[in-house]
Amino acid sequence: MSAATAATDLRAQQDRGRKAAQNKEKWAQGRTYVSAVVVLIWCLAPAYWMVVTAFREVGFTYDTSILPTHVTLDNFNTAFDTSFGNHFGQALLNSVFIGGVVTVVSLLIGVFAAYALARLNFRFKFLVLGFILGASMFPGVALITPLFQLFTNIGWMGTYQALIIPNISFVLPLTVYTMTSFFREMPWELEESARVDGCTQGQAFRKVILPLAAPAIFTTAILAFISSWNEFLIASQLSSDATQPVTVAIASFAGAQPNQIPYTAIMAAGTIVTIPLVILVLVFQRKIVAGLTAGAVK
Amino acid sequence: MATELGPTPVKSPASGGTPVHHGPKGVGEDNKILSQGKWATWLLAPTIIALAVVIVYPIISAIVMSFQKDAGLDPVTGLFTAGGPAGFQNYVNWLAQQCAAPGGGTVACPPGTLGGQFWSATATTFFFTVVTVTLETVLGFWMALIMARTFRGRSLVRAAVLVPWAIPTAVTAKLWLFIFAFEGIANKLFNTSILWTGSEWPAKWAVIIADVWKTTPFMALLILAGLQMIPADVYEAAKVDGATTWQRFRMITLPLVKPALMVAVLFRTLDALRMFDLPYILTGGANNTTTLSILVINQIRQGFNAAAALSTITFIIIFLVAFIFVRFLGANVVEQSGATGKGKK
Repeated sequence: MSAATAATDLRAQQDRGRKAAQNKEKWAQGRTYVSAVVVLIWCLAPAYWMVVTAFREVGFTYDTSILPTHVTLDNFNTAFDTSFGNHFGQALLNSVFIGGVVTVVSLLIGVFAAYALARLNFRFKFLVLGFILGASMFPGVALITPLFQLFTNIGWMGTYQALIIPNISFVLPLTVYTMTSFFREMPWELEESARVDGCTQGQAFRKVILPLAAPAIFTTAILAFISSWNEFLIASQLSSDATQPVTVAIASFAGAQPNQIPYTAIMAAGTIVTIPLVILVLVFQRKIVAGLTAGAVK
Repeated sequence: MATELGPTPVKSPASGGTPVHHGPKGVGEDNKILSQGKWATWLLAPTIIALAVVIVYPIISAIVMSFQKDAGLDPVTGLFTAGGPAGFQNYVNWLAQQCAAPGGGTVACPPGTLGGQFWSATATTFFFTVVTVTLETVLGFWMALIMARTFRGRSLVRAAVLVPWAIPTAVTAKLWLFIFAFEGIANKLFNTSILWTGSEWPAKWAVIIADVWKTTPFMALLILAGLQMIPADVYEAAKVDGATTWQRFRMITLPLVKPALMVAVLFRTLDALRMFDLPYILTGGANNTTTLSILVINQIRQGFNAAAALSTITFIIIFLVAFIFVRFLGANVVEQSGATGKGKK
């Protein structure tokens, strides 16, 4: 009799304990969701505001209704309009061209360095790694003054090469650094087996490693392209109207009246510049995050 | 058999066979390292040469320039004065905020000129750096802790944090300029009527808020990657031992995530010290938002050599901060990134 009561008591106690734990769990889960929503709003609301404004009629620039109102596509026409001295269309092409060349050159050069740093043992390895890391954190202003003078002297001001060469100075270290971390994660046993089967180190690299490394190289290419696409400091000083990239075009975007900033057109231009990047980033999200954080944590 | 003979070197000259067991292995290893070293040299050469051309050459050239006088018109005589060696004059001018005086010598720079802004620009740069990096670290940690939990829609949050990161800084600056416009959404939302870019503190906070929005995701992702390296059973064990949430955070999360956190803070700090795009576009450097980078850019068209001296000073400041981080705060980036390679070998 008394044993039975004790048992029910115990069970009740256990039940209470379990319920408390479940409640606590529910609370924690609820708090997580609330925090997640806060993060979502914080990250997306300003970007959303850019897109909403891009589709709003100029007369309603300062309309503050959260939902899209007075929707129009006019701003996208205005963005490409050249009658106020803007060169947004040309700038888009320039950015694609500059970013493309910088990315290809950096990858072509950097892939070999990354392979050596990830795979080979040699003296001064840490010195080289340190040098490349240091280069990636190098302040752009320290380069701009001598380059400004040099390019003025040799007549390169406003040319594409004057924009491409400095860009390589910060995209190449990033490329080497990111690819080195990717290469460390690869199944290198396959290289060994290729060597056992009679491949030279060079053949093993070309025929076995390069195809395997393709995703890593692709991700690095995206990161390299994005960082070149976003560059502003050097381009703002060394480009001309004909060669300026989108960042410069947007920063200096002029409207019909000099003292009135054409916000809706600028937001439209900003949307055009951003949407391809956002799509690219969201599609390759996992790889990009891995590339961004590569080396920093491992 | 051979291994038993190994430790007795006395036998080797007599038999002649023992060294053969040890010799080839050692020589092979040496050869391997030698040939790998040769390979490494060839593979690294293009990168090193490219970086030497695009980075080392400009640095040296900037240093050489910084010891030259700027050629220009003499303010008094109106005659063209040639440049020439200047010694440390350019540096002294910046640090002491001295400007060339009419008739030779120097005087304190009048307010409003570039030469009189060195210390205020330095203060602004450090203020931005300390405030933004602190806010980004705290907020980034919070975001990382959320993203590390398991809940439905987690991947949505992880994707969303990439959006501010993917928007070019120039676009970010224009976007926040619009948000902070007098008739803009920020004033409507908070029911204020602040001229955000019109006076010192609102302008500074506008830059800080825009920067925090743009770069916190990067911080969060780096910290999240650090969090994911912590094995779950450590937490389980602590839970069994009765550690509270706060204790688990302080005793497990914080120390274990510290290496990744330090690297993230170092990256962000160096990035913030060279801040340019945001204040340049958002406020144009007005109202005491001129950073060192903006000051260099403004100086370039008034004299290359003085600008070169200032950019060298900026470079040295950033280098010193990086050195302090690595040396005293234990942010060992190189060893961190070298660790896996070494472990796997």
